[in-house]
Amino acid sequence: MPHHAHTAGTSPWDALLVLALLAAAAGYALALWRNRHRSPWPVHRTVLWYAGLACAAAATSGPLAAAAATSFTAHMAGHVLLGMLAPLLLVLAAPVALVLRALPVAQARSFGRVLGGTPVRVLAHPVIALVLDAGGLWLLYGTDLFHLAHRSSAVGFAVHAHVLLAGCLLTAALVAPPPRHHLASLRVRVVVLGVFVAVHSALAKWLYAHPPTGVAPQDGRTGAQLMYYAGDVVDVALMVLLVAGWYSATRPRPVVPERSRVVPT
Amino acid sequence: MAATPASRHPDHPDLDRRTVVSGFLFGCGIAASMIDLFVFHLGLQWHHFYDLSTPQVALAADAVFHAVGWFITVWGLFLLADVRRRGEVAWRRWTGALLAGVGAFQLFDGVVDHKVLGIHQIRYGVDLLVYDVVWIGSAVLVLVAGLVVLRRTRPDRSRPVLRAVPSDG
Repeated sequence: MPHHAHTAGTSPWDALLVLALLAAAAGYALALWRNRHRSPWPVHRTVLWYAGLACAAAATSGPLAAAAATSFTAHMAGHVLLGMLAPLLLVLAAPVALVLRALPVAQARSFGRVLGGTPVRVLAHPVIALVLDAGGLWLLYGTDLFHLAHRSSAVGFAVHAHVLLAGCLLTAALVAPPPRHHLASLRVRVVVLGVFVAVHSALAKWLYAHPPTGVAPQDGRTGAQLMYYAGDVVDVALMVLLVAGWYSATRPRPVVPERSRVVPT
Repeated sequence: MAATPASRHPDHPDLDRRTVVSGFLFGCGIAASMIDLFVFHLGLQWHHFYDLSTPQVALAADAVFHAVGWFITVWGLFLLADVRRRGEVAWRRWTGALLAGVGAFQLFDGVVDHKVLGIHQIRYGVDLLVYDVVWIGSAVLVLVAGLVVLRRTRPDRSRPVLRAVPSDG
């Protein structure tokens, strides 16, 4: 397809993206190293962090990103990796908890104050995160932004960064592991996730019928179905995590102040 | 044991009600998200991903049903797990509620989605009357079968109501 002039990996913006991901990888390793004298950090969280960064890297540089310049299906595979799977893995890696453990007490306190403050509370509200994430998607596919992002690497960088960060924000607002400074009520989170799934699947069906200009119909249809079904997999994982949170929060507790307490097994 | 207030207490849910809700939600959910996907889209290939003739409103409604379908599947299963960790699961009663859920959703799908909203049809290029009659008729049969099982497995209200037993863990 001739409509995408620039190819991945040739501009300073693409280098900046790679640097940001490398910094995230090094930062987590540094926090792990500073934690080495404390209780062990769960191995699965570390694995999740690097798997998430690998998904983000695969979506933004390398063969998949290069193919996305000409194939809508490859673009959509990258979109699901960068905007849905990578955020889920990165959020479950609990980077905030790791940083809080790694910082000296005074700095951890100020970081905690920032996390507890109003700007974070507003940004991390599920409804705001939903608007940023789903709104960004509609802008990308409903306007000329899709083509602009492929022509200009600065716009492409901004779109990639927004898709990843908004995805992380929404995932964290729904299923963040502790510490949860402003977790919204279960009802709000269920409704927001439901609305997100509905918007995402409606957008996939709309793209099936109306692919961006210049995309071949068959390529557009395959890409749209990939968005729909791969999106479903991540969405159902989010639902399971959300309801599992309810399940563990409502576990039966002993209600026996008078009787002698049974030691929990 | 006190009658109603305890059933509202989060630590003592009415397990019979929760069993029925779990089966019904899971039944609706698998009918919405699995029967449609695996039988009609992938198996028979009667349904298409999107038949390009759906009105915008119906497309939005379909997207909402899609989200709700997966949610109630997951929620129904977790409710079942919750009943199970609090006591015995009345499996026949749960199965009755499951059948009622499948029937209720198929009936809703056959009447509202196919006929009222016109999101999609059962099959394309054929006389739909027979398909609609079979679809709606079978949905009613499954729903009635579920309701009969639910009626026959009603807990004996003269005996103490089944409640969550305070657990040790």
